[in-house]
Parts: sequence; structure tokens; C-alpha cells
Amino acid sequence: MKAEARWIPGRSRERSTTEKLVELGWGRLALWALALTGGLAMVYRLVRGLGATTHLNDAWPWGWWIAFDVMGGVALAAGAFVVAAWVHLFGKHRYAPLARPAVLTGFLGYLMVIAGLLMDLGRPYRIWHPIVMWQPHSVMFEVAWCVMVYTTVLAFEFSPVALEGLGWHRACRAVRRALVPMVILGVVCSVLHQSSLGSLLLIATYRMDPLWYSPLLPVLFFVSAVAAGLGMIQLEAAAASRVYRHRVEPELVEGLARGMAWMLALYLALRLGDWVSRGQGPWTRPVSLESVAAGLEVLVGAALPALVMSRKSWRQSARARLVAAGLAVVGVIANRIDSVLVSMRAGAGAAYVPSLLELWVTGAIVAAGVLGYDWVARHWPLFVEEPEALPGEARAQESRRPVGVTAS
Amino acid sequence: MPTEVRGARTCPLLSRRALLAGGAGAVAAGLSGSLAVPALASDPATGGDGSFGMLVDLTECVGCRSCVYACQEANGWTGDPERPAIDGDQWTAVREVELPGDPGHVRYVRTQCFHCLDPACASACPVGALHKTPEGPVVYDAGRCIGCRYCMVACPFHIPRYQWETPLPLVAKCIMCAPRLERGESPACAEACPTGATTFGRRSELIAVARKRIADHPDRYVPRIYGLTEAGGTSWLYLSDVPFEELGFASVGSTPPPQKTQAVMEKVPVVAVGVAALMAVVRWWEGARESRDEARDARERAGTPSGKEPGA
Repeated sequence: MKAEARWIPGRSRERSTTEKLVELGWGRLALWALALTGGLAMVYRLVRGLGATTHLNDAWPWGWWIAFDVMGGVALAAGAFVVAAWVHLFGKHRYAPLARPAVLTGFLGYLMVIAGLLMDLGRPYRIWHPIVMWQPHSVMFEVAWCVMVYTTVLAFEFSPVALEGLGWHRACRAVRRALVPMVILGVVCSVLHQSSLGSLLLIATYRMDPLWYSPLLPVLFFVSAVAAGLGMIQLEAAAASRVYRHRVEPELVEGLARGMAWMLALYLALRLGDWVSRGQGPWTRPVSLESVAAGLEVLVGAALPALVMSRKSWRQSARARLVAAGLAVVGVIANRIDSVLVSMRAGAGAAYVPSLLELWVTGAIVAAGVLGYDWVARHWPLFVEEPEALPGEARAQESRRPVGVTAS
Repeated sequence: MPTEVRGARTCPLLSRRALLAGGAGAVAAGLSGSLAVPALASDPATGGDGSFGMLVDLTECVGCRSCVYACQEANGWTGDPERPAIDGDQWTAVREVELPGDPGHVRYVRTQCFHCLDPACASACPVGALHKTPEGPVVYDAGRCIGCRYCMVACPFHIPRYQWETPLPLVAKCIMCAPRLERGESPACAEACPTGATTFGRRSELIAVARKRIADHPDRYVPRIYGLTEAGGTSWLYLSDVPFEELGFASVGSTPPPQKTQAVMEKVPVVAVGVAALMAVVRWWEGARESRDEARDARERAGTPSGKEPGA
């Protein structure tokens, strides 16, 4: 039962530091370097303030951190609620092996979003204010609550991995019993939160470019986030097989790819319908940053991956799947960046390019997230065949075993 | 053009104090006539909702910046009031705009918070740090602010500023001298204005004054009161002899931005309950199906038509 395939059990004291570093590998060393130097950059940002360290200003109150770290990060974390619901609510137990990695990605993703948000807030030590200072008319208030509640839910959904890893099986069983209501709560939070990031922009009605400003923003954000989340899980499955020698059934990944294609198709239909009904669209504009960005975002970031994944023969190719998932993920991130930055360019009347520190901090947060995933993958039972079986399903308990927990 | 006097700065060398002491009262009275500062606070029963507002008549502004000096003093800011734009430590500013079709001729445009009737910033703020008082000002509670700057993104007029250079910044914007209003005084800038370009009063009365000026001098004003309907109406109203767009005023429709988010926020409880109910039903349905399947499997294995099955 207990994940005995641990790495470095107590032998570490005998090895020299150099040996340990070598064992870590270049990739992890680079991630550590990025995370640690980025940590220093974060301290510098907090000490010196936003003006001295970022390119934000009164014309650009929101920049890279909101667009990429917060808006993009939340969208990529959507895979967690989709897979959790699919497995635990819709009864698609076949997909269970994907649930733990997806939930971990979501959990780490939300922690990364909070880290980015803390960097962006002018007074980060007041981040708890929305808990006691209520303003229910504000979309940001809703966003704050969804982040808080859903991060808690994700911690709960992830806890069986940690509890099993620590050998606390009694607690693990107790957690499992409350799993279904928590998964439902997670779905509610996610539906509200993914869409409310789009609703957030609705108030900027006189500032945003109509290529992105639409009454459908909440729906578009939700649908595209589901597509991006499904894309992220595919990328993870690929990483799991390469880095951790954990083979995910190709059939399952194909299922994800098919789901992603459907969501992308729905997104395309909504986006194009929205453009046409409002008399907008990149084709109505001369060539500009706005029209090119909107066109690329939709053609390369949504239409192309949807097309690739809609053909069965292409969907069965691991390489094509990887490319399509990557394009969809990048496409949704591009959409968030376009919505927050490109669409407000004309109204700002000035250009904005993130500062090196802004990018560096983002890099550090991403590196820390990857390292966190890596640590869990190597130390705790992340890749198991049938995790989180529902109470009463005794047969599932038997088959829970760690798979390929060795690092490459 | 009847605005020749306004073409040049007439009093840049006069000290602010001299303006306040000397010509202010006389000039203001002469130009705007009937507008007396109304009795405050104790007088809720005047026209409209009784809230206060400001009327800025750009044809009357000579660019002396008395309003800015008064604002800096009243609110304890020490920066240079001659700066042309509002900032983290300057809530109002006077900008000199050269007229596009008329080189050499300028207008002086005051900028500050417009104090919307339905303010986007207040609707956006997640912690209620901004709110509209019944008297008219949109005020800021610095103790609540977390610094998310959503108010800055929400504002259709690009007004709230941030103190970017400090490690622990606050949002900065005109609060229409709300503390002075509470004491029964008028805002510092209106009191300081020597020409009556900025006048203070009940919004409903100011609208009547503005309409009368346009009607009396149709050759002098563009027939528009900026702020009457912009973003659903603002407490500050502007009159001008030059189209507002040429002076850099934002083109803002008449829908209050909060309406756009309100429509969505109203659906949140319904969506939350609906999604939760849907998911519960799906889970219940799937659970029942699984139990049925398992019972059938068990029966088939046992070879008996009925028996005890797990999880039923």
C-alpha cells in the first residue's frame, strides 16, 4: 500500500553536495536557480514598490502579472475541475489515473496565481480584506472568494496524495468520504471563477477594443479555459511519460484530445458568432497589432488545434496531439494577454512592455511550480492507477499501487 | 469668436492669495450671477436628489491654477501645482490645450474625478474602499484598499492615479472635498476660482444654469453639457466653446459601466445553485447506475437471480 518506491531513503547523508547536485540534473538546477533568484527579485519588488520595479503606470494599471500569471494561470488550472468532475461525478473511472496529476496542477496553479497576485497587489498584506470587507457588487470580490474557496478545495482534493505519501491512511480514508461534495463545490467555484475573470473586464466597456469586449466574455472565458485545461493535462501526460517513465494509456489522452477539440469548436462558434453579430472581426480592420493578434489567437490558437484533433488519424499520433495541445494552451494564454493588454492599448495612449523583473518573477513562480510538481511526483504516489475510489468501492482499494515513481 | 479674452494666460503672475483675496468674489459674481453657494447639509429638500455637483465653464477659465493651489493646500499635498496632469499627489490639474484648427489659441482644461452618479470604481472595488456619498462625492477609504487597481481599469475617464513610487501605495483621486462639505463649506477649488469657471452647487441647479447659458449664448457654447449623461451622468458638469473631443475629453456613452457587470453578478447565485444541483443529480444518477451494474455483475457471478449486492 504505502509508496515504498521512494527516492533517496535516508542514504542522502552519505553523499557529498556535488553528488547531490549531479543527481538533481541540469534541468532542475536551472529551475532552482530561476526560482531562487526570482525570489530575490520578489523581495526587491516588495521593498522598492511597483513603480521602481515594473513598467506599470497610470496608463497601464494592469500589466503582465494580471494578464499572464493571474488570467492565464487560472485558465490553465481548469483541467483540475474538469477531470475531477469527469471521474468523481460523471463516473468516468477510466480517467482516474489522470485525476491526481490534474488536481496537483490545479492546486499548484492556484498557488502560483496567488503568488503572482501578491506581487501585483499594492498592499499584499491586506489580501485577506475581502474576507471581512464585503462588496458583493464587485466582480473582483467574487474572484477573490472563488480563489480562496477553490484553493482550499484543491488542497483537499490533493490531500489524499500527501496523506498516502505520509502513510496517514486513516486520515486519507476520512478525506475520501467527503470527496464528492468537495468536487461539486470545486466545480461550482470553477464555473463561477473562470467566467468571472471574463466578467471582470465587462466594466471596462469604454476602454477595451471591441474585438475582445463582448457581453459573452464570461462564457468565452469559461469555454476557452476548459479547452486550455484539457490541453494542459495532455502536456502533463506527455511529461509524465518522458520524465517519470509513467505511461498513460494513449486511449485516455485521445479522449482528452477529443474533448479539447469539442470545446475549441464550441469556443470558435461562440467567438465567430459574437464577432459577426456585433459586426466586428479582424477582417473588418486594417492590419494592426489588434487585428493581427485577434486573428492569430483564433486561427492558430483555436482553429488549428481543433482541426488537428478532429481527425482521428492525427489524434492518434502522440506528436500531433502534443502540438495541438500546446497550441491550444498558448492560444488561450494569448487570448488573456490580448484581452488585458492589447485590447486596452488604444485607450492607454502609450505602449507597455513588461519589465525584466516582471518576467523574471513570472519565470520564478513557474519554476517553483514545476519544482513542486517534480517533488510530489518523486516522493508521493502521484501516478497511481485507481486513485480516490469512492467509498464503497472496495475493488478499487485493492488496485491502488504506485507506478513508476522513480525519477529519470 | 467671442472667447478672445481666454486666448492668453492673463494672470500667471498673480499670486494665488491675491486672487483669493481680491478679484475672486467680484469676478465670479459678475460672470455667473445668480449662483450663490447654497446652504449645505441641513437642506435636503432642494431639487433633484439634492446632491451636490460642480459646473466647470471652460470659456471662463483663464488658467491661473488657483483651483490646483487650493486643492494642494486643502488636502495637504506639497507637489508643484503647475504640473499639467493629475498624479498620485495631485488630485486636480489644469492642462493647456492648443486648439487644433486655431494655432496660438489655447483652452485651459481642468481635470479631476468626475464623481459619477453610478461610479464604476465603487462598483469595481472588491473591499468597498470607494463609495458615492448621498451628498455627491465619491470618496476613498484608504484603510480598506488592497491595491488591486481594478478601480483604475474600471474608470471610464482614466481618473484614479496610483502612488507608484512608494512601496505601500494608495489610490489618489479628487474626493470633492467631502470633509469640507460635511462642515458646510464648499470645495476648496470652487472657493478659490477667481472667474467662476468652477462653481459649486446642487447638481440639478447647475444643470439649469448650464442650459440657460447655452440658450442665452448659443454662439458661444457647443450645445452640450459634458457629464449630463456620460457614463450615466456625473456630478461634475462641463461647458465649452470647443467640441469636447478636441480638448481630450473621453468619448463615453451614456450607459453606466456598473450596469454591465451588475447584469452578470445578479446571475451568480442562480448559476452557483444550478451548477451544484446539476452536479449532484449527475453524481446521484451515475451512482445509481454503478450500483445497478455491480448488483447485476454480482448476480451473474453468483448465478442466482437475487442476492445481497455491495453498495446498494
